[in-house]
Amino acid sequence: MNRQIVKLFGFIVVLFAILVGFTSYWSVFDAKALKEKQANKRPLLEQQQIRRGRILAADGTVIAKSVGKGKGDAKRFVRRYPEGSLYGHPIGYSFVKYGDSEFEQFHNDQLIGEESEFSSILDQLLGHTQEGNDIVTNLDPVAQRVALSDLEEAGFGAVVALEPSTGEVKVMASNKPFDPNRVPYEFGKLSTNEIERPLYNRATQGQYPPGSTFKVVTAAAGLESGRITPETTIDAPGTLEVEGQPLNNDFSESFGPIALDTALTNSVNTWFGQLGQQLGNDQLFETMEKFGFNSIPPIDLPEDQVEESGVFSEGRALTARDPVDLARVAIGQERLLATPLQMAMVAAAVANGGKLMKPQIWNRVIDPDGRVVDRLDPSEYSQPVSAKTAEELTTAMEGVVTAGTGTNAAIPGVQVAGKTGTAETPGNKACGGGVDENQAWFIGFAPANDPKIAIAASVECTEQFGNDVAAPIFRDVAEAILNGE
Amino acid sequence: MSSARNRELAALVPVAILLTAGFAAVFSQESTRLDNLSLIYGAYFLAICVVTHIYLRIRLPDADPYLFPLVALLTAFGLVMIYRIDDSLARDQANWFVLGLILFALTIQFLRDYEVLERYRYTIAAIGLLMLLAPRLPGIGQQVNGAYLGIKIGPLAFQPAEFSKIAIVIFLASYLRENREVLIVGARRVLGVTLPPLKHFGPMLVVWGASMFMLVFIRDLGSSLMFFAAFLALLYVATGRFSFVVIGMAMFTVGAWFFASTVPHVHDRVEIWLNPYVDPQGTGYQILQSIFAQADGGLFGKGFGESLITIPGTHAALLPAAQTDTIYSLIVNEVGLFGACGVILIYLLIAARGFKIALLASDGFSKLLATGLTAVFSIQAFVIIGGVTRVIPLTGVTLPFISYGGSSIVANFVLLALLLLISDRARREATQPRGRALSLGES
Repeated sequence: MNRQIVKLFGFIVVLFAILVGFTSYWSVFDAKALKEKQANKRPLLEQQQIRRGRILAADGTVIAKSVGKGKGDAKRFVRRYPEGSLYGHPIGYSFVKYGDSEFEQFHNDQLIGEESEFSSILDQLLGHTQEGNDIVTNLDPVAQRVALSDLEEAGFGAVVALEPSTGEVKVMASNKPFDPNRVPYEFGKLSTNEIERPLYNRATQGQYPPGSTFKVVTAAAGLESGRITPETTIDAPGTLEVEGQPLNNDFSESFGPIALDTALTNSVNTWFGQLGQQLGNDQLFETMEKFGFNSIPPIDLPEDQVEESGVFSEGRALTARDPVDLARVAIGQERLLATPLQMAMVAAAVANGGKLMKPQIWNRVIDPDGRVVDRLDPSEYSQPVSAKTAEELTTAMEGVVTAGTGTNAAIPGVQVAGKTGTAETPGNKACGGGVDENQAWFIGFAPANDPKIAIAASVECTEQFGNDVAAPIFRDVAEAILNGE
Repeated sequence: MSSARNRELAALVPVAILLTAGFAAVFSQESTRLDNLSLIYGAYFLAICVVTHIYLRIRLPDADPYLFPLVALLTAFGLVMIYRIDDSLARDQANWFVLGLILFALTIQFLRDYEVLERYRYTIAAIGLLMLLAPRLPGIGQQVNGAYLGIKIGPLAFQPAEFSKIAIVIFLASYLRENREVLIVGARRVLGVTLPPLKHFGPMLVVWGASMFMLVFIRDLGSSLMFFAAFLALLYVATGRFSFVVIGMAMFTVGAWFFASTVPHVHDRVEIWLNPYVDPQGTGYQILQSIFAQADGGLFGKGFGESLITIPGTHAALLPAAQTDTIYSLIVNEVGLFGACGVILIYLLIAARGFKIALLASDGFSKLLATGLTAVFSIQAFVIIGGVTRVIPLTGVTLPFISYGGSSIVANFVLLALLLLISDRARREATQPRGRALSLGES
């Protein structure tokens, strides 16, 4: 019988080896996928045991903090947002039952003080409990408040303000805002409201026709490619026949042969339409892509909550190889869609001598002992245009504010460069389908000779023009930031 | 002085140290002050083990030296885990540990000549079957999670299947010892398959079939799997006919298919095993949370006392039945894959020592009894660990010596006592071939 006993033992060894194999699979090899399962609330519940770090505005205002509830084993931390809806976007929320979003989600590891498995074992042996790090953002509370209250007056829309030289996000406001404190109580209402869409960050997710603000990109491509100089004139009739449809100037006004500054100041559609056709797909798309189009902007927000900008067909961003109506793309129409963040990046790149810095909301990470453990190191995303082109564009954009379509953006005593945009969006579902609805824009920067701030403001569903609703928002936000300098 | 007992004593010291360290770790997590309570618990435990050791030194000087320390290690580990879940449960468990040791001692005291069991094999089989039936009897039966596992007589509640497994193994070992020759010689080849002779196979089939039926009747699937595996293991060892095992497996497959499609309780268990994500908040909750807890453990675990067992702020379980069914998942969560492998290794070492005893034993009954007890013990560990790791459907059996539960601890100590009784005789006979007569002559 001994031979059989040995074989039986061998069988038991095999059985136990299977147990080791399965345990290894669950605990190590498949662990990451399991932790991300919808049904798995354990990681979130555990995070609730950790005092999540605070999120602060640039001046130290507390945007988010964790407060302890219960005692002993029942002790847990709950997120509180003292400023209410002011920073709902872009900070988002973090609750066990509803998960987390936006900045809270992107910076989760830092906020809970997540470290590698080995260093956490060391902490265990030394008896440390895991604690979260604080994050100081670049958000300017005064300007953020101005942006949101202006938007609430103007209508649904968004404002993004970037510091051109660093990419620091000073303002990111989206109307309709939401109060993260309300998420646990009315998540259903917040997430299903299809008109107001309060949980949707219009600054990064709102894809809107950019209208005439896009002419800055077209002009940049023209100057950068050498196709035009600031002195080059193009004959601009009142109407241009493109692809069988007339392309009109406002009031079909005819300008004759004019150069860039006149064309931009008066937002002459036929001038830019012809420039777009001369540039061709390759040159226009190359410049667009350098400005950030056709990619998800490199901001510190979760990729699924940041949309790309570009010429869209059936949900796909077209490339230089696809046939497009270049004359209409050049004036920000056709199937072109851009987010407010993207247009702020265009303004910021021009303001920064042609260099586009990666937009970032965070500024520094501070550990529980008060040490700065990480600090934003501004980095360049691309250089869409040369310093010379940037200067030429700036000059033309100054004309828009001093003598053109964007006079409401003017700030007394400060040189402002900018561009208005008004895209007609008749039948827009979000506006209730009215025929006179526009998407109103203003992008620009100030002071023009030494830019401190670049801003994009965009308002949905308005019957007014960019200069009427978007330019004043630009002015108020820029003033708030420049006064705070 | 027996060298085996010295080795046993030496092996108990690290066990007591581990227990002390384990309690210290739990205490340090639960409160900021680290008092000397962990030392006191460690000392108690060591004292109890030393008393047991002295008893073994007197009664069974030649018995296997590693089995008791290995079991003590599992018990100590179990006590720490249960203490970490709920200190009042740990107090119960400690009492049962002592009760288990008392029954352990009584078994050794009164079953020194354990061949006597052979004489009462049908009585033992009948008692084993009756115990299985008892939970279904009105008045004393108790239903837990749809299964009739426990009985309650006055203040005394226990799960008879734990004891029944020992009774059935004794019966099978005894029956096979007597009939193995006939089973081998009388086997006939039918259609190319070697079949055992029905006449001699019958009684065993009846006992086994009855136990299987009752297990389905009381809905204890885990135990039925254990019993079945032990039956096949013994049949194989006794006859050496692998074909019998194949026939058994075939029977099992048919039976399992039959029950899975007719008995809703069995069908549900299999469904949950195959598709746990269908109802993650309901039927799939336990197995999914078990897996999630393991995923959270990683290589080294979160540390003693760090796992979440209930949803904070509520009494709702995050890891259901953490002190019994899913204690292994809790172990993986807190001490990681390495710790869990350590636990499996201890079970494997116990199995190795058990089978070693069977190899050393000279008579058929001892061999088969040691084999059967070791097999049923190992399979029990496999059934529950396999259940919570989704190797097989999750069924409620205890993790021997670790899970919370008096019946389990006490029954497994009786099982251990039987193994040590067999071991003591086998090792004495192995070291002194003509032992008894010679030493009698000298004295």
